[in-house]
Amino acid sequence: MTGGQAAGPQEIAGVFRGSAGTAESLRDRKPTEQGIAARSIPTFVAGEELADLADRDERIVVLTADLASAGRTIDFANRHQDRFFNVGVAEQNMVSVAAGLASAGLRPFVSTFAAYLALLCCEQIRTDLAYTGMPVVMLAHHSGMTLGYYGTSHHALEDLSAMRTIAGLTVVCACDANELRAILRASLGHDGPVYVRMGRGRDPEVYADVPDGFAFGKAIRLREGSDIALLTAGSQVRPCLDAADTLTEEGIAARVVDLHTISPVDAAEVRAAVDDIGTVLTVEEHNITGGLGAAVAEVIAEHGRAVSFRRHGVPDVHVVLGPPAALYAYYELDAAGVARHARNLLQHASHTRGSRP
Amino acid sequence: MAVTLNTAPIPAAGTLQRSDMLSLLTAKAKLVRQQTVRLSGIAGAGHYTGTFSCAELLAALYYSQLRVRPAEPAWPGRDRFVLSKGHAAIGLYPLLADLGYFPAGLLDNYTRLNSRFGDHPDMRKVPGADFSSGSLGHGLSVALGMALAARVTGRDYLTYCMLGDGELAEGQVWSAAMAAGHFRAAGLVAIVDRNQLSIDGSTEDVMGVEPLGDKFAAFRWEVRRIDGHDYDQILEAFGYARDRADDRPLCVIADTVKGRGVRRMELDKDWHVGNLTGPDYDDVMVELEAGLQPVRSLG
Repeated sequence: MTGGQAAGPQEIAGVFRGSAGTAESLRDRKPTEQGIAARSIPTFVAGEELADLADRDERIVVLTADLASAGRTIDFANRHQDRFFNVGVAEQNMVSVAAGLASAGLRPFVSTFAAYLALLCCEQIRTDLAYTGMPVVMLAHHSGMTLGYYGTSHHALEDLSAMRTIAGLTVVCACDANELRAILRASLGHDGPVYVRMGRGRDPEVYADVPDGFAFGKAIRLREGSDIALLTAGSQVRPCLDAADTLTEEGIAARVVDLHTISPVDAAEVRAAVDDIGTVLTVEEHNITGGLGAAVAEVIAEHGRAVSFRRHGVPDVHVVLGPPAALYAYYELDAAGVARHARNLLQHASHTRGSRP
Repeated sequence: MAVTLNTAPIPAAGTLQRSDMLSLLTAKAKLVRQQTVRLSGIAGAGHYTGTFSCAELLAALYYSQLRVRPAEPAWPGRDRFVLSKGHAAIGLYPLLADLGYFPAGLLDNYTRLNSRFGDHPDMRKVPGADFSSGSLGHGLSVALGMALAARVTGRDYLTYCMLGDGELAEGQVWSAAMAAGHFRAAGLVAIVDRNQLSIDGSTEDVMGVEPLGDKFAAFRWEVRRIDGHDYDQILEAFGYARDRADDRPLCVIADTVKGRGVRRMELDKDWHVGNLTGPDYDDVMVELEAGLQPVRSLG
């Protein structure tokens, strides 16, 4: 029941590997040199990790919609053929089939591009998974604008917004392979559906090991700092950490928080950023409407304390065409861009404070 | 008119003489129709006609086919039934109560605030409902998942899915049909309540579904076409579903009459959702009590 070779995956992997570089560094590289950064490791470990877990857990089944190679669920299929279903290019059918499988006691993992899971299957996810409480895990890979010049049809810059409004659905972002492993393990003990937002397959490492004590809804403070809090998730965790390094050299201490769970968001951690620091920047590879920044803004607004706050992300546009790294630079979602936005917010904050009586 | 639910013990399938079975099923189909009228009265509106069209099919499924344990609704080995045309739930609830899944008195609160029983079934609230439905086009996919789960877990249950004919315009139905044929999901039985009308009129005027048998056959299904109000044909087709050797999924296209059993509603699109009140309510209850009469000719 495994599918044949999908048409695009190898090409996708070839075109888009490599970490988010700056525009300058990209210009310096020839196309063939856009290799994997030294600390980049394959992120699409889901198939392999699930195959390991399935050796001990007979409930695990995996489905894909003709993207077995692109999402590496092929690594599961190769070891557990009888528990793998490729439904062809029929994402809505895949989600509802998974619901039926889950109703019979199995733990299905469905995998396809985030754009099609979250947007095309939004109603199936709401009605067949969340309303019914089916423990189906969605591996939404190639989220954000990681599919670069494939264009808006293949981008998912609205998925967090759509998913986090669905009651009973856990929405979580994986920033690298080890966090993805943690998410997969946690999901098996979770009684309900989980939307896992994933990157493009080769993301720079954030966690050297699978994070201990990982739990949905419990943010991870990666770096302490007292001048500004960077609240981020998924693909933007590494650029935020790198930006924090740059800012340190300028005497600015940034707290960096991996706010991996967008729903339910870790409200205590958001309030702590306000109370401890008072200057908060959210950074996300998503439309600034409705995503991580919006989730944080809701908490901040209801917290009722004075704060300097801005959302940084894709500014409510359908993005221009380009390779992913170029897009990150263009939309200032690389380390340099994040640092720039942090400085701007700090400057704005000092002006605002200065003008107060 | 007061109509009470039958609380007589249900005979085990296979223990009845054929004539007794036909009497039993006739009584249960009448129960479906009369309770649909009663419950619609509580709600102030109801899906009459699309429920009446499948009354015989529902009765035959629950009293002659499904291997279920009403005292143990989550029994892993049970046959599954997905009511993809979820708006017929009003006819399913009385049967589930009659079978003992829950006390019939709970239905007195049908659709009222905090009721377990809405216009569409909620598996979290209705014992015996194998899946929640209401959004047309999902059910066959869900049922396929259940059928594949039987294969993965080594169980031999059958999964039945009842679809409306108007529902067949949903593309997801055909994604599911294609996948079921591809996976040779022999444990999957689709029943199409071919009652001829969707909300806006004849399916063939709104969005044609014929030639329906050819469509499912082309998607690699075995197809049977029957009169969905004729117990001889229903029981023959359902009995075949249990015993057949074919490795394809089975589609039973049941030709039915939307609104069957109440003359004023038969093949009248305007009764898809309606509300019987006053003397009309009583007249219809009397008409249903008398049993099915020949179908009014279209003229």
